[in-house]
Amino acid sequence: MPADRFLRALRGAAFIGGCLLVAAAFAADAPTAKPLVADPALEARVLDLSHKLRCLVCQNQSIAESHAPLAVDLRDQVREQLAAGRSENEVVDYLVARYGDFVLYAPPFKATTLLLWLGPAALLLAGAGWLAIRLRSREREAAVTLSEAEHRRARELLAGNAAVPPSSKEPRS
Amino acid sequence: MIPELGHFALVLALVIALVQAVVPLLGAHRNRLALMAVGRPAALGQFLFTGFSFACLTWAFVVNDFSVEYVAMHSNTATPLIYRITAVWGSHEGSLLLWALTLSLWTVAVAVFSRNLPEAFVARVLGTLGWIAVGFLAFMLVTSNPFTRLIPGAAEGRDLNPLLQDPGMIIHPPLLYMGYVGFSVAFAFAIAALLTGRLDAAWARWSRPWTTAAWVFLTAGIALGSGWAYYELGWGGWWFWDPVENASFMPWLLGTALIHSLAVTEKRGAFRSWTVLLAIGAFSLSLLGTFLVRSGVLTSVHAFATDPRRGLFILAFLVAVIGVSLLLYAWRAPKLAGGGSFAFVSRDTALLGNNVLLSVVSASVLLGTLYPLFLDALGLGKLSVGPPYFEAVFVPLMTPVVVLMMFGPFLRWKGDELMPALRRVAPAFVASILIGLGTAFAVGHVSWRTVLGLALAAWVVLASLQLLATRLRERAGASAASRLATIPAAWWGMWLAHLGVGIFIIGVTMVGSLENNLDVKMKEGERVEFSGYTLLFRGVQDAPGPNFAAARANLELFRGDVDIGTLQPEKRIYLAQQMPMTEAALDVGLFRDVYVSLGEQLEDGSWIVSLHYKPFISWIWAGCVLMALGGILAAADRRYRRLAERRLPAAAVQAA
Amino acid sequence: MKAKFLVPLALFLVLVGFLAFGLRLDPREVPSPLIDKPAPAFSLARLDDNSQRFGLEEMRGQVWLLNVWASWCVACRQEHPVLVDLARRQVVPVVGLNYKEVRGDGAIDARRLAPEQELAMAVERARGWLSAHGDPYKLSVLDLDGRVGIDFGVYGVPETFLIDQRGSVRYKHIGPITPESLEKVLLPKIEELKRAG
Repeated sequence: MPADRFLRALRGAAFIGGCLLVAAAFAADAPTAKPLVADPALEARVLDLSHKLRCLVCQNQSIAESHAPLAVDLRDQVREQLAAGRSENEVVDYLVARYGDFVLYAPPFKATTLLLWLGPAALLLAGAGWLAIRLRSREREAAVTLSEAEHRRARELLAGNAAVPPSSKEPRS
Repeated sequence: MIPELGHFALVLALVIALVQAVVPLLGAHRNRLALMAVGRPAALGQFLFTGFSFACLTWAFVVNDFSVEYVAMHSNTATPLIYRITAVWGSHEGSLLLWALTLSLWTVAVAVFSRNLPEAFVARVLGTLGWIAVGFLAFMLVTSNPFTRLIPGAAEGRDLNPLLQDPGMIIHPPLLYMGYVGFSVAFAFAIAALLTGRLDAAWARWSRPWTTAAWVFLTAGIALGSGWAYYELGWGGWWFWDPVENASFMPWLLGTALIHSLAVTEKRGAFRSWTVLLAIGAFSLSLLGTFLVRSGVLTSVHAFATDPRRGLFILAFLVAVIGVSLLLYAWRAPKLAGGGSFAFVSRDTALLGNNVLLSVVSASVLLGTLYPLFLDALGLGKLSVGPPYFEAVFVPLMTPVVVLMMFGPFLRWKGDELMPALRRVAPAFVASILIGLGTAFAVGHVSWRTVLGLALAAWVVLASLQLLATRLRERAGASAASRLATIPAAWWGMWLAHLGVGIFIIGVTMVGSLENNLDVKMKEGERVEFSGYTLLFRGVQDAPGPNFAAARANLELFRGDVDIGTLQPEKRIYLAQQMPMTEAALDVGLFRDVYVSLGEQLEDGSWIVSLHYKPFISWIWAGCVLMALGGILAAADRRYRRLAERRLPAAAVQAA
Repeated sequence: MKAKFLVPLALFLVLVGFLAFGLRLDPREVPSPLIDKPAPAFSLARLDDNSQRFGLEEMRGQVWLLNVWASWCVACRQEHPVLVDLARRQVVPVVGLNYKEVRGDGAIDARRLAPEQELAMAVERARGWLSAHGDPYKLSVLDLDGRVGIDFGVYGVPETFLIDQRGSVRYKHIGPITPESLEKVLLPKIEELKRAG
């Protein structure tokens, strides 16, 4: 995001009161440094994609973070191909064809990753189901102990004129 | 000679740990006070000998004894003293020794601060901790002795990994281990309770301050590690979902569930078997983390040099500790059913719901971390599971946690009416969504993630304020100040920690949505405009350090025409390992960091300078600090109450 | 003991099973997706004569090995005697893919070199290394920028590809070939392919 747009936005948000962009007078005369890359927008795409690709020789780093020669080569490949107009998906396909799914930090959705991608949802359902059962049984207990009949029986018991034991249910601590 | 003494002390510590593991448990079983009483002195002895051993290893580093292999591998005469000392836990063997020392420290703390607990219970707790100590000390002595001699000794050492030569690394591992290992106390309390079959509110009350204390350490340790990664790795990332990070994050998640579950068990007597399972689970995940880091089954940036023999040993240990405790659980837990009853709409339900959610998150992180291993073991190919997966899973699962976290405190224990409760929070909830949308538009970054993050943060902050206002209204008292003073510390702890989550979310969302990065080629006298700032490059000078050579750049940072200061990023070469390092320079601010790192020098004499603008990033750590502070307050309140309980009879006598 | 309370223990034991199995695996070895697929086409300058180029089609109809090497590669030196021995037995032709001879050497700043300088340097270094340690190759080709290496999914030198008569990759060996891996894995596979072809 360009800096000026961001600042405009921040001003609007009034997050930082009165932060106005003023040209830096002291440094204004100095010549401006050149960006490292000719096309920052492209570089942002390269970096974005590189963060999702795993460097094969490093312990566990993306090709964006690693300084390993292979990571540099692959980053160059990504840049070259994006610059040539290929889409992110095409670049990913290119790398997967050579290095396999291992290069992807986001594994593709397929038979062998079904459990990985659906696992959390399954766990959530299982947890919710378990919770529902637990709560239902608890509520039943609560309802039983608090029911009007129960109270009446308790009063009768206390008065000493209960004819029949109320229930065979074991008391819960 | 000193290293041999250290080695010998370690052997003695193991012998004492064995005594601590066997005798008190036997005493508790046979109800013999004399045998139970062995636990406390044994704990102290084990601590003293482990501590002595640790001191010996430290000494070997301080005097540059390169005849000790571990010292020769991880230190150097040119290494500054402070990093020679922290190098003690810079790698596998020494960090295990730190593990053992931390464990014995916790054990001694339990022995000292448990005077008002039943003897048999203390004996079982110390016995359980003793078995864990036996495992770790034996592991060290059998596979990873830090005192192994190098014959002949090396003339010069290989120096500590430069990444670890950093102030953050001085304190990060000890804090993290205090957290990891601290869960062993909650675990031992759970085992002792399972053994006696006595799992009641009193047990939960005893466990709570210990568990909270461990959680505070773990929170601080993780936050510090993330802060270290942020400024040390040179490009401003702060969390990578690396297996080793996950290994510390999973116990944190389960530990968070545990401290809440303990609260319910103490207040309401409910969730008992669940709480025990969480206590076992949190510590099991700590042990699993130890296994993952040291066995080499997963590749990680942080993994120690590995050896399959070590992996096998820890795995056997894991089976012994976790397997036995889960068996014990399966045997005893069925008798623990029941507890206080509560209605569907109640604070109890909200807490249980979040417990389940946090456990699901923890299990999902475990699934993602180990999935590559599962697949490989089944011969189905290799793949990587990284940040995109974890983020995709984590955000949706944590969203209801945060919503429920702030809704729960508005509900009454045991049972509440749904509609009035919803009406209480509805204004804040609606306002949060509007604030989320409005702020996202205002900062010019409207993505579902930004909106969600900002709305959640607003929800936490608004609900916190409302909660405080409600609390003040409920309290009787003349002035607001006097009403404030009546609120117990534990409540403040809860309030602060929850608010901390909101602050954390603001940091994560803002930096994730609005961070900016620019790489430039700079020559002396050149300037660059970046995110509303101007940086003036004043050139590069040599800045040799004790064990590295460095080029240090001077960049003057302006905002408008205000000179904010000089940033001095460095590029270092650590001489012993010829390893290049970037030392970023930061201008830290409340609302943004300006982060500068120095790259290579190009052929034309200019330097690559990498500029990062990180809005609100400090809020990430500020949030963690609030969470830890909240934990400290909560733990302190418990202790205060125990003291008060003890003082009460005396006060009563005086009054009478 | 109710069954549902055994669930955590059961899950844990399954986990332990996987972890135990995991101890025997190498998480850093990545299988090649090229197995049983046509080898990537290339055309590279030969080490012995830079004016001539070499491509896959020249090996059609033969079972052969493509061995990725470089003079800066330490593990290659460890592997080299095995290859020299293999060449002496004349079981299978071995083509050398000299991988980033100059750029791969961290000690050299290749950015400062002109293309022809880089080529000359690579030739000198590679030939020097082969004459010092023996030349087991039918021929070697120069992959100066490592592009062909990427096409083959090379991530650590040395690596060796077994290619069949139709030009398909049938096996990839990662890391140095040891006498043991040659006898137990590579040679049987080569024999099998030869018989099948």
